[in-house]
Amino acid sequence: MKTTRVVSAMLATTFLTTAAFAQDVTITVESWRNDDLLIWQDTIIPAFEAANPGIKVIFAPTAPAQYNSALNAKLAAGTAGDLITCRPFDGSLSLYDAGYLAEVGDLENMANFGPVAKSGWSTDDGSATFCVPMASVIHGFIYNKEAFEEVGVEVPSTADDFFNVLDAFKEDGNYIPLAMGTADQWEAATMGYANIGPNYWKGEEGRMALIAGEQKLTDPQWVAPYAQLARWGEYMGDGFEAQSYPDSQNLFTLGRAAIYPAGSWELSGFNAQADFEMGAFNPPVQAVGDECYISDHVDIAIGMNKATANPDEVRTFLEWVGTAEFASLYANSLPGFFSLSDHPVEMSDPLAQEIVAWRDSCSSSIRPFHQILSRGTPNLANEYWVSSANAIRGSMTAEEAGAYMQDGLASWYEPQQ
Amino acid sequence: MSTQDRQKRRWHILIFLTPAVLVYTALMILPLFGTLRLSLFTTVGQEQVFVGLDNFRTLLGDERWSSSFWNALKNNAWFFVVHMLVQNPLGIAIAAMLSSSALRFSNFYRTAIFIPTILSFVIVGFAWKLILSPLWGIAPDMLDAVGLKFLFKPWLGKEEYALTTLALISVWQFVGIPMMLIYASLLSIPDEVLEAGECDGITGMAAFWKLKLPLILPSIGIISILTFVANFNAFDLIYTTQGALAGPNYATDVLGSFLYRTFFGFQMQLGDPNMGSAIAMMMFLVILLGVCIYLFGIQTRMRRYQF
Repeated sequence: MKTTRVVSAMLATTFLTTAAFAQDVTITVESWRNDDLLIWQDTIIPAFEAANPGIKVIFAPTAPAQYNSALNAKLAAGTAGDLITCRPFDGSLSLYDAGYLAEVGDLENMANFGPVAKSGWSTDDGSATFCVPMASVIHGFIYNKEAFEEVGVEVPSTADDFFNVLDAFKEDGNYIPLAMGTADQWEAATMGYANIGPNYWKGEEGRMALIAGEQKLTDPQWVAPYAQLARWGEYMGDGFEAQSYPDSQNLFTLGRAAIYPAGSWELSGFNAQADFEMGAFNPPVQAVGDECYISDHVDIAIGMNKATANPDEVRTFLEWVGTAEFASLYANSLPGFFSLSDHPVEMSDPLAQEIVAWRDSCSSSIRPFHQILSRGTPNLANEYWVSSANAIRGSMTAEEAGAYMQDGLASWYEPQQ
Repeated sequence: MSTQDRQKRRWHILIFLTPAVLVYTALMILPLFGTLRLSLFTTVGQEQVFVGLDNFRTLLGDERWSSSFWNALKNNAWFFVVHMLVQNPLGIAIAAMLSSSALRFSNFYRTAIFIPTILSFVIVGFAWKLILSPLWGIAPDMLDAVGLKFLFKPWLGKEEYALTTLALISVWQFVGIPMMLIYASLLSIPDEVLEAGECDGITGMAAFWKLKLPLILPSIGIISILTFVANFNAFDLIYTTQGALAGPNYATDVLGSFLYRTFFGFQMQLGDPNMGSAIAMMMFLVILLGVCIYLFGIQTRMRRYQF
C-alpha cells in the first residue's frame, strides 16, 4: 500500500515536470561530425536557442564510418532524430527517394544559395531540394613559407613552374618536396586528380559534358591530370607507396616537407600543429594567363526527417541555417569549411581567407565523379582512387588510367556507351 | 519394466542438447539461411524481387565482378599457402624444440611466442604498420644499422609484396596456435615408444622424423584445416592495415574485404546486400568444399595409433 502511494507520487511528479516544460520542444540533430561536438554545444546551439526561445537542440553525432548505416537503420526503425545531416549526392538522394527526407526547397532562405551549392542535395533534374547546404571544402596546395624563402622559390602559377619549384627542393635536399603518399589511395584521387584536374577539363564545363556523354575519360583533358600525377612520384618521400594520410600530415606539420596537396579541411589541424608560417596556392594552370578552376566541393548539408513530430521547429532551425549569422558562426568555428551561402562571410583565419579568395579569381567546380557518375558498378569514385594511386606509383600510364576509367564508366552508363 | 521405459526416454540428451542447439540455430543457422535468401533477391526501387541465381550468374559471369572475385579468391589462396609453408612448419619446429628437455626457459619462450595470438588485429596491424613505415619505422633503421638498407622496400605499398607481407604478419601473430597444439600432442607421446625406438637405434633427428612426426600427423591435419578456415575468412588484418579498398590496386583484396565493400558499401558506393550475400555464400561454399575434401579425402585415410 505504502509502495503504491510512493509510486503514484513519483508518477505525479513526472507529469507535473513534463507539464512545466511543455512549451520547450526538443529537436535532435543526427550527424557524422563527432569532431564538432564542442563547437555545436558551445557556439552553434546556444546562438540558435538564444534567438529561438522554446526550442532546445541536441546534437547527437555518430562516428563517421558508421553514420550511413546507423542512420539508415534508425530511419527504417523510426527512431532517427528530427534533423539529418546530409552527405552530398547519392547518399542523401537515396534517403529522399525512400521518403525519409522532406523537401525543403520552399524555405525562404534557400534563396541564399546558388545552383552549385544546391546541386549536392537536389534531384537530378534539380526540381526538388532536400537539404540546406552548410559548407564546402576547397582543394589546393598548402606550403611551408619558411622553406620557400630558404630555398628561394616563388609560389608557382603554371604547371611548369610547379615542377621547377619541386626540382629546386629536390636539389636543395633539406625538404621532401611533396608530402603525399599512396598507401590510402584517396589522397591521390582527392588531393591529386580532383585537385589539379579542373584546370584541364575546365571545371563544370567538362564535368557536365562527361555526364551528358559528350566527353570521354580517354579525352586529353581527362588524361592529362594523370600524366601530371605520374610525375609527382619522384618528388615524394622515400617509400611513399607505404606512406599513409596521417604520415603525410605529420611530415608536413613537422616541417620536413615543402608542399602539401591539401583540402581546406586540414586548416584547423595544421594551425594547431605547425609552428612555421603557412601559405596556400591554387592548382597551377597549364599556361600563363589561362583561366583557373578550383575544386570547391559541396560537402555537408542538413535536412528534415519527414517523420519528425515537430516539423515547424525543424523548419525554424533550417531557416536559421540559411542566415548570415549561421554562415559566419560555422565558417569561423571550423576554418576550412566554407559557407555555401551567398552571404559575405568575414573569416578571421588568414589561411582560410587566402583560400576562399580563390573563389573570386577562379571558377568553382565540384569533384568530377560525385554526381550521377558514381551510381553504377564499378563505382567510379573508388576507381579513381585506385587509378590515381596507380598513376603516381607508375603501375599504370596516364593513357591506361584513362582507358581503365572509361571502360568502367561505359560498362553501365548509357550516355557513355 | 519401469527401468527400461526410463532408459528409452533419455530426456537428458534432449535437455543437454537444447541450449547449444537453440543458440547455434539462432546465431549461425538462421543467419546462414537468411544470407542465402538475401542472395536470391535483388533490389528494384524500394522492393526486394526474387531473381533466383542471377546474382551468382553476375558474380561469376560478368567480366568485372568475376575478375574481382577470382582476384580475391586467388589472394585468399596465396594467403593460405604462405601460412601452410611458413606458419605450420615453423609452429612444428618451435614445438619440437620446446619439447626437448635440454632447452632452458622453455616456459618463457612458449609464453612469449603465444602472446601475439591474444592481441587484437587492430593492435597488430597498427604496430606492424609503424614498424614497417618508411618514415618512422624501425625496420629501415635496423636494416641500415647492419648495412642492408638497400633491402628495405615500402612493402605494404608495393603490389608485388603487400599480400605476402600481410600473410607474414599474420603468421607472426598466429604461429603460437600450431605451436601449442603440436606441443600438446608431442607431450602426449609416451616415453616407452621413444625409448623402444632408442633401443632400435633411432635417436636425435631420426626420432623426430620417424617416430614423432607420424604420431602428430592427425594434429597437423587439424591445424591445416583450422588454418584453411581462418585464412579464407580473413578480413580484419587487411581492413585495419590497407583499408576497405585493399590497396595497392586491389593487391590485398580477399573475399572478406570484397564482401565488406559490396555488402556495406564504401564512400560513394552504396551497399548492395544482395550481391554481398552472394559473395558471402560463395565464401561459405569454398570453405565447405575445402573442409569436405579434408574430412572425406584426408582424415579418413589418416592412420591413428593407440597407445
